[in-house]
Amino acid sequence: MEMPVPDAAVLARKGRVVQRLLTVLPSDAVIHEEAETRAYECDALTAYRCAPMVAVLPSTTEEVAQVLRICHQEGVPVVPRGSGTSLAGGALPTADSVILGVARMNDVLETDYDNRFIRVQTGRTNLSVTGAVEEGGFFYAPDPSSQLACAIAGNIAMNSGGAHCLKYGVTTNNLMGVTMVTMEGEIVKIGGAHLDAAGLDLLGLVCGSEGQLGVVTEATLRILHKPEGARPVLMGFDDNEVAGACVSDIIKAGVLPVAIEFMDRPCIEATEAFAHAGYPMCEALLIVEVEGSDAEIDHQLELIMEIARRHNPVELRQSRSTEESAAIWLGRKSAFGAMGQINDYMCLDGTIPVSSLPHVLRRIGEMSKEYGLKVGNVFHAGDGNMHPLILFDANKPGDLELCEAFGADILKLCVEVGGCLTGEHGVGIEKRDLMREQYAPADLEAQMAVKDVFDPAWLLNPAKVFPLDASRSRRQPAVAAE
Amino acid sequence: MAAIISAAREPLHIVGGGTRGVHTAGAPLETSALSGITLYEPGAMTMVVKAGTPVAEIEDALARENQRLAFEPMDHRRLLGRTGTPTIGGVMAANVSGPRRISVGSARDFLLGVRYVDGMGRTIKNGGRVMKNVTGYDLVKLMAGSFGTLGVLSEISMKVLPCPETEATLVLHGLEDGAAISTLARALGSPFEVTGAAHDPSQKQTSLRVEGFRASVHYRTGALQNLLSVADMTVLDADASAAHWCAIRDVDWFKDVAGDLWRVSCKPSDGPVLAARAGAQGVLYDWAGGLIWLRCAVGHDVRAALGDYDGHATLVRGDGFARFEPESAALARLTSGLRTRFDPRGILNAGLMG
Repeated sequence: MEMPVPDAAVLARKGRVVQRLLTVLPSDAVIHEEAETRAYECDALTAYRCAPMVAVLPSTTEEVAQVLRICHQEGVPVVPRGSGTSLAGGALPTADSVILGVARMNDVLETDYDNRFIRVQTGRTNLSVTGAVEEGGFFYAPDPSSQLACAIAGNIAMNSGGAHCLKYGVTTNNLMGVTMVTMEGEIVKIGGAHLDAAGLDLLGLVCGSEGQLGVVTEATLRILHKPEGARPVLMGFDDNEVAGACVSDIIKAGVLPVAIEFMDRPCIEATEAFAHAGYPMCEALLIVEVEGSDAEIDHQLELIMEIARRHNPVELRQSRSTEESAAIWLGRKSAFGAMGQINDYMCLDGTIPVSSLPHVLRRIGEMSKEYGLKVGNVFHAGDGNMHPLILFDANKPGDLELCEAFGADILKLCVEVGGCLTGEHGVGIEKRDLMREQYAPADLEAQMAVKDVFDPAWLLNPAKVFPLDASRSRRQPAVAAE
Repeated sequence: MAAIISAAREPLHIVGGGTRGVHTAGAPLETSALSGITLYEPGAMTMVVKAGTPVAEIEDALARENQRLAFEPMDHRRLLGRTGTPTIGGVMAANVSGPRRISVGSARDFLLGVRYVDGMGRTIKNGGRVMKNVTGYDLVKLMAGSFGTLGVLSEISMKVLPCPETEATLVLHGLEDGAAISTLARALGSPFEVTGAAHDPSQKQTSLRVEGFRASVHYRTGALQNLLSVADMTVLDADASAAHWCAIRDVDWFKDVAGDLWRVSCKPSDGPVLAARAGAQGVLYDWAGGLIWLRCAVGHDVRAALGDYDGHATLVRGDGFARFEPESAALARLTSGLRTRFDPRGILNAGLMG
């Protein structure tokens, strides 16, 4: 993966930059010794590593503003970091950059059940947002798999989804307002506890902009009352196509489940060997979950099972209790771990129109043979967000490159059938050089023009999202203030 | 359309169906010729349409598959005394949502992809036709609600949802504004999935809608009655409920009454205080208090009367004031920067949004 050559002039200014940062932050919030900056060398895309020049851990929005003002004046690139759980390299530093971590900013600022929102500092983890409102019976809906660790800052940067977004939407649909600091150090408030923008929807623009438009320090998030209950049904089919048709029929019937999860045979086999969840050995497995009172759940599950029966399932297992639900979810939740037991894996995130599911799965199977790499598919079927897991051996020379080439081919296939490169993980560095598969030069130019407005010097997370050669002329080193 | 825009030397007034009372100077650029449903996959809950397609045509096609535009776009015609045919491009450009906005989100939340022509005549695509897409910046959201000032929509793709089996509305009688809004908050803070929450002070009627399968609607209506324990309650059946919310959606209260009309978005619990402060002649609350419709004397400065609060006021009918709430200096710098990039010559609905 190509990254820009570090700017020697910036590296030469390290001493002065550190000194200036120490004037606005306590000494334990400025990390500049080489042994310590290494802790920030990568995120969850661990194949790529590079220690930053400095890492800072501000505690307030004002400190963030001061840090950004200094970095702007010194022409130093800044890479914002939530919890470092990005699977796309969104928080990967360059050697000449300052990592701005929001981990120390994790307070709840306001909880308002009457108006159904919570205002938090963005270093707070996703799950602990729900934790803060649970006593009132509420929850925060977006639920990325990394929710125990991932920060709201990163969720906003990547517009994170999760298993339950079929019903509740992704981050952008649950975000009401932000406090953001621009690269120039200006504090901007967008939105609030009210709905919809007064003018242009800058909130919608900022969400999913991968930390390239500003550093979001506070967020107002919509919270919802928990449903009375939720239970899944598990169904197995001996044909992917039939499982896909079943998903489509469920949706057409007017039942709107909270989650429809799909696993294919390689994934079922790996999961069974690892977690012993008691899944049937078949080509495709669906887990469909619905919510409501007990009677409402029974009614919806009966409707869903009636549809499933028309597709001759090899297995149909309705959960009747919390324990049975846990058993059904066990395998799905262990899927990534199970695949990881077999080998290193790369997790893709392309989204496709649900109708293309059988075709795409067939093609992935064929490509798997061509590349000689195994792949398991586990994904959110209701919204077409796939997660092919390609197995490779990181210790075998050339295997990572082969895996990346295979991954790129799968993503191209997703675009070809009318889908996209990434449904919830973000572009980062991982899919940066594939952006032209999905967007024409004019489309990319329109997006880069937005960054020109928010960050004219292109200092915020500059080497991400756009192909390096497309953004090169904009990333010319800024002239530092002398 | 790209050719027309790039050749334009004077401002253009972008017109979908011309039903929403948006006036700007310049030669009209109508999108009605860009019409038709390009793709509809009920099993994937997605539809791709040309921007000038009439909303009614889309709703008919959806109804045949028992689906709908869940964000419940308002029809402005009766309220504004307009004729014409509302288009989906107009709905999205103005981010028009109805009472169900509190439950499922606004028009922008259902917009999955756009194709538009910017102020220089460049055709740009963003987003796509899948429900989850974080590939690059979300210009889709930016285009929704930009009232044609950043670009003219030519094609859009959107998410649609199944129609529920039935609906019912619980009407509570006799509540003052404050009690009504806190009752609505209690209902929305319950697990019973309310999809409409409005209050009409003129008749002291407070309405709560539930939708879904028949047994579930019956169960939740009962559960809400128990939860709220208001003495005087009635239940509207499906047909009456549908008509009731159609009237709320289109603000029928103020359709034949003269005066300026304002739409205030605020923190729901602030609603009663703001409504009292506004100096209005008529008030209707939707979105559990988070949306206040105000009918005022012509020329009455609602923004000045409301002062400082968490929210904003839009002038929907009348012309004595800017349509949109002025932005903070910091936001205005960003939005004017965006306008310079998207429409450098300032010819698309010039001056409408600042």
